[in-house]
Amino acid sequence: MTVLEFTILVAMGSFVAGLLGSLTGLGGGVVLVPLLTLFFKVDIRYAVGASLVSVIATSSGAASAYVKEGISNIRIGMFLEIATTLGAIFGAFLAARVSTAAIATVFGLTLLYSAILSGRPRVKLTSDDVPDPLATRLRMNGSFPTPEGIRHYFVRRVPAGFSLMFGAGALSGLLGIGSGAVKVLAMDQAMRIPFKVSTTTSNFMIGVTAAASAGVYLHRGYIDPGLSMPVMLGVLGGSLLGTRILVKAETRWLRLIFGAIILLLGIQMLYKGLAGRI
Amino acid sequence: MAEARWTDQKVENLVGNLLRTGVITSAVVVFSGAIVYLARHGTSPANYRIFQGGPSDLRHIKGIVREALSFRGRGIIQLGLLLLIATPVARVALSIVGFAEEGDRMYVGFASIVLVILLFSLLGPSY
Repeated sequence: MTVLEFTILVAMGSFVAGLLGSLTGLGGGVVLVPLLTLFFKVDIRYAVGASLVSVIATSSGAASAYVKEGISNIRIGMFLEIATTLGAIFGAFLAARVSTAAIATVFGLTLLYSAILSGRPRVKLTSDDVPDPLATRLRMNGSFPTPEGIRHYFVRRVPAGFSLMFGAGALSGLLGIGSGAVKVLAMDQAMRIPFKVSTTTSNFMIGVTAAASAGVYLHRGYIDPGLSMPVMLGVLGGSLLGTRILVKAETRWLRLIFGAIILLLGIQMLYKGLAGRI
Repeated sequence: MAEARWTDQKVENLVGNLLRTGVITSAVVVFSGAIVYLARHGTSPANYRIFQGGPSDLRHIKGIVREALSFRGRGIIQLGLLLLIATPVARVALSIVGFAEEGDRMYVGFASIVLVILLFSLLGPSY
């Protein structure tokens, strides 16, 4: 395959990944690395580097819209970014110490987890009415506009959320993904932040988290311009188109189909990782 | 009750504009580099099966700028990617200004910690 053919094919694949990731809200990064390694036979370290770059692009692009709406909580985001950036650097260092087969195995397990999440309806959690002393001291309690007026919320279990965020950062640095699913889990389940606030704040944090491991990746030569170029442009284009048509599209079926694709890719990554054939 | 919302809408808009400008600029630079790169190397065989690490000149900021200035396609692409990585870093720096304007010293501290971690990663020695 020539460089031109390779570039066009990778850009097209990345475009579809970005489009599906944005339409389903599951993120494109999670299918990019399997796409590049399993179908284009790219070394997983190059694939992880290119994927991480595209994660920064989509996160920053989407966050610029959310910030203006005043939904994301910048203080929660900033405080938790201490945990995610430290985790991200730890994960990026880890990526160089472990075998590619181990990375593929962890990736496979992460894909299976994402697939399960995509197929399960979200459990509605009620937020507390009692303010948590630590969250109050950290000025995390906030409010956001809803059609019924301003809604106030209280944050709780800050240490649990902070620890989970370190894990989310490490996963992001190891696998080159946004790990938005783990971030939302930490804020939604542990800290009981309203879903709308946690998803937009998570998106806001993904770019900063990814930038922390991107520096380490860059110095190691994981970010190859020839590969990262079609991946970044393709994913960015796909996700921008996705946010445009999001309002009209029927996402329930899309989520199921995308979930099935993630499941199949997860099984294959896990198999290749365990068999050491990657 | 202290509200965890930025009262200063101006800073929020500034952050939003910064993110959008950063992404658009880097995409344009990457695309320009792609044209140069593909015009010169489009017909060479592609090989990413074996990891050799990216070119050593394109692993640090000084080398990337030098390569981009000498109009190498891969150098220009890498410069665009560097701008993209720098965008969230600039956002954190801008947040420090925003928190300082509000007189929130605690969050000036938190944002500064995040900035130091990011700069350590980006400017740190080659590992």
